[in-house]
Amino acid sequence: MRALTWRGVDEVAVEDVPEPTILNGHDAIIEVGLSATCGSDLHLLGGYIPAMRAGDVLGHEFMGRVVEVGPEVRTRQVGDRVVVVSFTSCGRCWYCRQGLFSLCDNGNPNPGITEALWGQAIGGCYGYSHAMGGYAGSHARYIRVPYADQGAFVIPDGVSDERALVASDAAPTGWTGAHQAGVSAGDTVAVWGAGGVGQMAARAAALMGAERVVVIDRYANRLDQVRTHIGAETLDYEQVDVPAALREMTGGRGPDVCIEAVGMEAHTKGVMHLVDQVKQQTRLQTDRPGAVREVIFACRKGGMVFTLGVFGGLVDSFPLGAVMNKALTLRGAQQHGHRYIPEILERMSRDEVKTEHLATHVMPLEDGPAGYRMFKQKEDGCVRSVFRLDG
Amino acid sequence: MAVQTALTRALHAVRSVRSDVHRPRRSGGGGPRGPSGWMAVTVLRQPSEVDVHRLPAPLADLGDRVEVRIQPASRDRGTELSARLRGPPPGSRLDRLGGEDAEADLRRALREAKQLLEVGEVLAVDPTPHGHRTRTPGGALVERWTTAAPRAGVR
Repeated sequence: MRALTWRGVDEVAVEDVPEPTILNGHDAIIEVGLSATCGSDLHLLGGYIPAMRAGDVLGHEFMGRVVEVGPEVRTRQVGDRVVVVSFTSCGRCWYCRQGLFSLCDNGNPNPGITEALWGQAIGGCYGYSHAMGGYAGSHARYIRVPYADQGAFVIPDGVSDERALVASDAAPTGWTGAHQAGVSAGDTVAVWGAGGVGQMAARAAALMGAERVVVIDRYANRLDQVRTHIGAETLDYEQVDVPAALREMTGGRGPDVCIEAVGMEAHTKGVMHLVDQVKQQTRLQTDRPGAVREVIFACRKGGMVFTLGVFGGLVDSFPLGAVMNKALTLRGAQQHGHRYIPEILERMSRDEVKTEHLATHVMPLEDGPAGYRMFKQKEDGCVRSVFRLDG
Repeated sequence: MAVQTALTRALHAVRSVRSDVHRPRRSGGGGPRGPSGWMAVTVLRQPSEVDVHRLPAPLADLGDRVEVRIQPASRDRGTELSARLRGPPPGSRLDRLGGEDAEADLRRALREAKQLLEVGEVLAVDPTPHGHRTRTPGGALVERWTTAAPRAGVR
């Protein structure tokens, strides 16, 4: 079958790869319908997550149809139209039973790598390096889905493929951020980053009762999407002093909840961005935390800071003094999507969550390398390139 | 400042590696021998459902090489399943991270036993579909680390 693979730093290609097979009793094989690029893929492309091998199949946000199930699969059936959560989680360990699915004890067959990096292993993720399990990704005609009863969700009839696609990764990641950050009625919530995850975190915060939601970015088309489709306010960080603007909007307090949806390749204003670039390129730090710094400075005293963007390792010049002295709560997580996807699909069926606008560029898989270039360079207002496998 | 930070980090790393390299090895050289520490996993099963005399195959296959004990975990977390080798002490940090220490088989067996008790099967990933593997030093390193990863760990 044809698949889009990582060939090296900033190099992807479409090539022939073998089709997947059932390896475990709880597996299913999914015929992929749509598979999207994600901002976190750019960290793989750029070589910032070092456990990639040439030939690895990319892609972790996808939907499709079940074409084969293993003997232990109980609730999914051949023919089901499903969206699959990007994390592989067993559903049986203590973490899964607590609803902390991305922390699954059993979902990563390569636990030694992330134990070495972080002290403990978390669950796995499709197409996201050998550190996250070495699973083949979804930019291919077929994909193997372990723990299919846990991770594949039947799409309601009234929800389109294009809308349901986002329930795989961006939407549940946004829901994870807003819910785990404890957004509650009357809160002012600020979200850094107006990509798919940031937009979904803003929408989740609004649906969880936030009184005011503000999204920060520098791309006009993304900020337009936020105002039009998400119903949140926006700030262009190249035009305003963001912490000052947020204080002005909140009676001098600052936001109650600040969600960072940018990640390890943050772009920021000023000389610190250059310093961060030099440190990252010379491996004095692995990640650029520019947005996190601003989030911490902007958050109100005693507020909540949530890192939802992907970080892999070490950062420098982290304002721990502000965290301590302002009594901030700092949390983070990969997505616990199994917990949120049923609610998201239900809200999608009621038009409370609309996501079609995120798929600005839909194309066949063979155009994948151009799709990734457009996505990375933000060409033509690209917010997400989506590959159609069933066309 | 950045250079100073890098030097400090490098010196720390060198000290860390030296302390591991100079630690007595598990075999040869006449270093001290004795039981390794306990390695443990917490299994979401009741203690009555984990029988040390009927352990899952990966752990049972280690036979007399290991001692095994169970005890209830705190709160609602299930059962702590612990095991240690009867012979050699824990390997160095580098050996553990590379899955080359004497406890590597035990580490893998505990992980697999936990999966069998909780899920009923051991998760596989290979063969996984992939494209052409270009031979590069980085790729070889990732391949080696990936191969060792099921046996490797911090303890």
